[in-house]
Amino acid sequence: MSQVTLEGVTKHFRIVTALHEVSFDIKDGEFFVMLGPTGAGKTTTLRVIAGLEKQDSGSVTFDGATMDKLPPADRDVAFVFQQYSLYPNMTVYDNLAFPLRSPIRRTKEAEIKLRVGEIAEVLRITHLLPRKTAKLSGGEMQRVSIGRAIVRSPRIYLMDEPLSNLDAKLREALRVELAHLQKTQGSTTLFVTHDQIEALTMAERIAVLNMGQIVQIGSPTDIYDRPASTFVAQLVGSPKINLLDANCEDGTLCLARGENRARLADICGDGGTLPPKFILGVRPEDVRLQSDGVFGGEVILIEPLGVETLVHIKAGEQTLVCTVPGISSTRRGDTVRFNVTRDRLHFFDPARGTRL
Amino acid sequence: MTATVPSTAQRGFAETGPASPVVESVRVDQVTPGARTGLRVRLIAAIVVAFIMLIPVFWMAMTAIKSRPDATASPPKVLFKPSWDGFVGLFTNRTQLSAGALKQYQKRTDLSYWEKVALIRGMRILGPSKFVGQLRNSLVISLASTFLAVALGLLSAYAFSRWDIKGKGDWLFFILSTRMLPAVVVTIPIFLMYRALGMYDTHIGMILLYTAFNLSFSVWLLKGFIDEIPKEYEEAALVDGYSRLQAFGKIVLPQAATGIVATAVFCLIFAWNEFAFSLMLTSARARTAPPSIATIQGVGGIEWGSIAAGTLLFLIPVVIMTFALRNYLLRGVTFGAIRQ
Amino acid sequence: MATIELKQVEKKFGENYAVRPVDLTINDGEFVALLGPSGCGKTTTLRMISGLEAVTGGRIYLDGKDVTWLKASERDIAFVFQFFALYPQMTVRQNIAFPLESQGEKQDVISKRVDEVVDMLRIRPMLKLKPHMLSGGDKQRVALARSLVRRPACFLMDEPLGALDAEFREAMRAEIKRLHIAQHATTVYVTHDQVEAMAMGDRIVVMSNAIVQQIGTPAEVYHDPANLFVANFIGSPGMQLVKGPYADGAVQLPGGSLYPVPAAWRPSLDDSIGPGELVIGFRAETAEVAEDGPIAGKVFNTDLHGSYVVLHVDLAGDQLVQVRARRDHEYGIGMPIRFGLNETMVRFFDPKTELALSPAESRGVGGEVGA
Repeated sequence: MSQVTLEGVTKHFRIVTALHEVSFDIKDGEFFVMLGPTGAGKTTTLRVIAGLEKQDSGSVTFDGATMDKLPPADRDVAFVFQQYSLYPNMTVYDNLAFPLRSPIRRTKEAEIKLRVGEIAEVLRITHLLPRKTAKLSGGEMQRVSIGRAIVRSPRIYLMDEPLSNLDAKLREALRVELAHLQKTQGSTTLFVTHDQIEALTMAERIAVLNMGQIVQIGSPTDIYDRPASTFVAQLVGSPKINLLDANCEDGTLCLARGENRARLADICGDGGTLPPKFILGVRPEDVRLQSDGVFGGEVILIEPLGVETLVHIKAGEQTLVCTVPGISSTRRGDTVRFNVTRDRLHFFDPARGTRL
Repeated sequence: MTATVPSTAQRGFAETGPASPVVESVRVDQVTPGARTGLRVRLIAAIVVAFIMLIPVFWMAMTAIKSRPDATASPPKVLFKPSWDGFVGLFTNRTQLSAGALKQYQKRTDLSYWEKVALIRGMRILGPSKFVGQLRNSLVISLASTFLAVALGLLSAYAFSRWDIKGKGDWLFFILSTRMLPAVVVTIPIFLMYRALGMYDTHIGMILLYTAFNLSFSVWLLKGFIDEIPKEYEEAALVDGYSRLQAFGKIVLPQAATGIVATAVFCLIFAWNEFAFSLMLTSARARTAPPSIATIQGVGGIEWGSIAAGTLLFLIPVVIMTFALRNYLLRGVTFGAIRQ
Repeated sequence: MATIELKQVEKKFGENYAVRPVDLTINDGEFVALLGPSGCGKTTTLRMISGLEAVTGGRIYLDGKDVTWLKASERDIAFVFQFFALYPQMTVRQNIAFPLESQGEKQDVISKRVDEVVDMLRIRPMLKLKPHMLSGGDKQRVALARSLVRRPACFLMDEPLGALDAEFREAMRAEIKRLHIAQHATTVYVTHDQVEAMAMGDRIVVMSNAIVQQIGTPAEVYHDPANLFVANFIGSPGMQLVKGPYADGAVQLPGGSLYPVPAAWRPSLDDSIGPGELVIGFRAETAEVAEDGPIAGKVFNTDLHGSYVVLHVDLAGDQLVQVRARRDHEYGIGMPIRFGLNETMVRFFDPKTELALSPAESRGVGGEVGA
C-alpha cells in the first residue's frame, strides 16, 4: 500500500478551472474521502491521480516517487467507477480475471483461478461467477466492480462515487461492507462522494472541495464540530445546519428580523470579538424544545422520520429546524419555546462565510 | 374541467374496457376503440403502400421469366407462359442460326435443355457469357472495399470519438462533405487520373475508389456508435494495465459489433449497386455487374428478359442480406435519434 | 372532494404480476406515499391511477366516478415526473401556461393563475428562461407550478426528488409538503427513499415484489411493521432483526446471551411459537447500552453520525446489530459491550411466515401495541 501526495495540482479545461492548487496527502492505509457538490473537481482529482488526465501544473507522488510521467497502466492504481466499470458481454469470472490477464501482469491461469476464487469468497459473489454481468442487480454489480479493483492488490484504490447510483437501502448495506473491507485489508483508499453520510461514517479524514479548491481537511469530527465555513457547515449533517442572521446588542444575542434575544455576555458583551452582524450556525439536534426556553416561535411543519421528528419553527421572519427524538406530540401551528446548546454554536462572517 | 362528450362506442368502452384484454404496457388512450381502429387502419394503409412500392419489383421478376415476345408485348401481359429465355440470354453468348442450319439443329437429339430454349428463338449457344465473371468482380470489389472502409473508418472514428483533436468539427464536416459529391462530377477527373496511373479497368482501382467514397459514411456512422460506448470501459482497462490498442480490441470492438455490422451492410449495398464509376472506369477485366446488365444487347435490340433476369439475380443477395440483418440496419438508422 | 379508490387493481404481463390486486382508499386532501425498492410496482400503480398505464384488472374511482377506462387527459389529475418533462423549446412561462392554453382557457384567467403559482413557488425571476438554463431544483419547481396551474383534484408525483442532488432534496421535500398543506390537495407520491415517505406521508403504502406489504401512518410502519420486509426497509438503519430459539420466556441469541421477553408478550409467544425459532426486532435507538444489559457482544465498528455514534455490535461471528449511543462515551473496536431493549418498543416476528406477532391473544392480526 502506498502513501499519496498531491502538491499544488491545477487543471484547466479550456476556460474552466477544474482544480486550483489542490494539495493534500493520504497516509499509507488511510481511508480518505473527498467530499463536495457535483462539479467541485473531485472526479478530476481522481483522474489526475490515476493518470487518466494530465494536470497543468503541480505534482502527484506515490511514496515520494513522482507519477507525473507514468501512464495509468504503470501507476498500479485501481479505479472503481460510478457506473460502467463491468464489461457487459463477459461473465463475472472474466470480469474479475480481466485485470490479472493484462500484459503487464501476465498471470498464469491457475493463479488467476485461485485469486478470483478468494476475492469472490470475501465479497460473497462466488455464486455469481458464471453469470453475465448484464444480468446482475445494481448492488451485485458494484460488488463485482469492487472485486475487480481488489483482485490486483494495487497500491491505492480510487473510488468515484461507487454507491451513488444505488437504492438507499443497498447503499447502506454496501457502505458497511466497504468500510469493513478497507479496515481489514488496510488499503490506502481515496473515496469520492457528494453524500455526507458516506463521508462521515467511512472516512478517517475528509477533504472538502468546492469549485476546484480545498476548503477544509480534517477528521470527520473536525469537519462536523468545527466547520471552517458556512459551506462546510451546510455540507455535513442531516438535517442541514440552521444558519440564522444574528447580531449582538449590549451583551445579548439577537436573532434578526424577530423578537428573539438571549443574554450571552461572554460572546456578546464587551470582551466579545464578534462583528456587529454575523451568521449564527446551530445544528437541529442542538435546538431543544423547552417550555421555559429563551427563544420562541411557531411550528410550521412537522416531518416524522420515525427515529426522530423534524420540527420546523418560524422565529420572527427566519425559519429553523429542530430535531426531537422519537415521535413528537407537537403539532403544526403550536407556539413553542426553545433553547440552543451554548457550546455548540458556530459563528460565521456574513460576507465571506468563514468561521469566526 | 370539461371533458368531451363520449360517443356510444366510447361510453361502452368507459364501462367495460377494451374488447380484448390488455396484455402489455400501454396507456389507456392507446386501447380505446378509436385508437385500436386507428392502428388497424394505419397498418392496412402501410401494407397497401408497401405493395404499391413493390409493383415494379414484381414486374421485373415476371419479365425475367417471360419469353421475348411476351416481355415486349403491348399491352403488357400479366398472365403468360414462363420461359427461361431471359436467363439463357444472360448466361450465354448466342448467335442467330441461318435457315438451313436451323433445320439441321432442330433435328439433333443431343441438345441440352438450355440449347433447346435458345433454339425456340432460332439461336445457337456459342459459349458462356461474361456475366458470371462480372458477378465475381462485383463480389470481390464490394467485399474488399467494404472491409477496407470499415476497418479504416473504425480506427478513424475511434480517434475522433475519444480524443480532443484540434479542429475536430471541421475535419468531420470535411469528411462528410466528400459524400455530398455526386459521383458523375468526379468521374472524369478520376478517369484521367486512373488512366495516367494505369489503374483504369483494374480491380484495385475500383476497390480504392469505393473505399474512398464509403469512408466518409463509415467514419460518421461508426463514430456515432462508438460515442455511445462509455469511455469508462476503456479507462478501466488502461488502469488495469492494458495498452490503448488492446483496450480497443478487447472492449470497444465487441461492444461496437452491431454498429460495425450495420455500417458494413450499408457500405456493401452501396458498393454492390454502384453504377456510374463502374461504367466509366472499367471495361473488360474489372467490370462489375450493374453496367453490364443494363446494356445487354442481342439480335434485334435490347434483351429485356435478360436484363430483368440479371437484375433479379443481382437483387437477390441484397434482399437476403437486408432481411437477415434487418435488426442491425434498424439500429444503424435510428441510433442516437431514439432513446430507450 | 377528491378521493381516490383502487378496487382490486392489478397489472399483469402474461403470467407475471407487475402489481398484484390492490385495494386502497385515499381520502380527500391526504398525502399518500407509495414506497418500495426498484421494481416493486409502485410506479406502475401510480401510472395506472393516472391512465398512463392500462389496468389488467380491477377498477379505479376518482371522487366516486369510475375512471378505469378514461384517458389520462380525461381524469382530473396532474402528473409530476422524475425527470421534469418540461417542454425544452418553451420558456418557463409558456411551460406553465401550456396546460391552460391547451384547454382553451381565456388569456386573463391564464395570466392570473400563472401569476399565482409563480409566486407560490418563487420562480418569478425565471419566467423568461428556457428549461436547459435552470438547475435541477428549479426545473422541478417549474414542473410543480405547471401541475398546480390547472387546480386538479389530485397530484400524482413519480419520484420528483430523485434527479436532484442530495443537498437540495431536503429543502424541496419541505417545500412540496408545505405546498400540499397550503393547497389541501390529495397527493399520491412515489419514492424509493423511506426518509421521504416518512417525512411527507400522512400514510405510507409499502410495496415489495408487486405486493402491498403494509398501509399505515409513519408511526405505524416504523414502530409496528407488519412483516420482516417492512421492519427492515423502514428506518435508517432498518429494524435490527435477530433470530434465535425461544423457550421458557427467553430467546437465546448468538453468542449465548439470553434475552427474557417482556411479560406482556409471554402468553401470545408461548401460544404461537411454543418452543421454536423467533425473531426479535428492535430499532437501533431503542437499545440501551447498560453494564447489566441482557445482550452481550463486542464492538465491531463505530460510525460517527454527527450528533450520535452507531455501534456495530458483533453478537457472535456473523450477526451484527446496530445500536445507537451517545457521543460522550469512547467505544473502541473489540470492546465488550452489553445492552438491553426498551420493553414497549421491542417487537417479535415469526421467522416462518415473516409476519409480525402481537402480544394480544394470537387471534387477531396487528393489534395496537402501546407506544
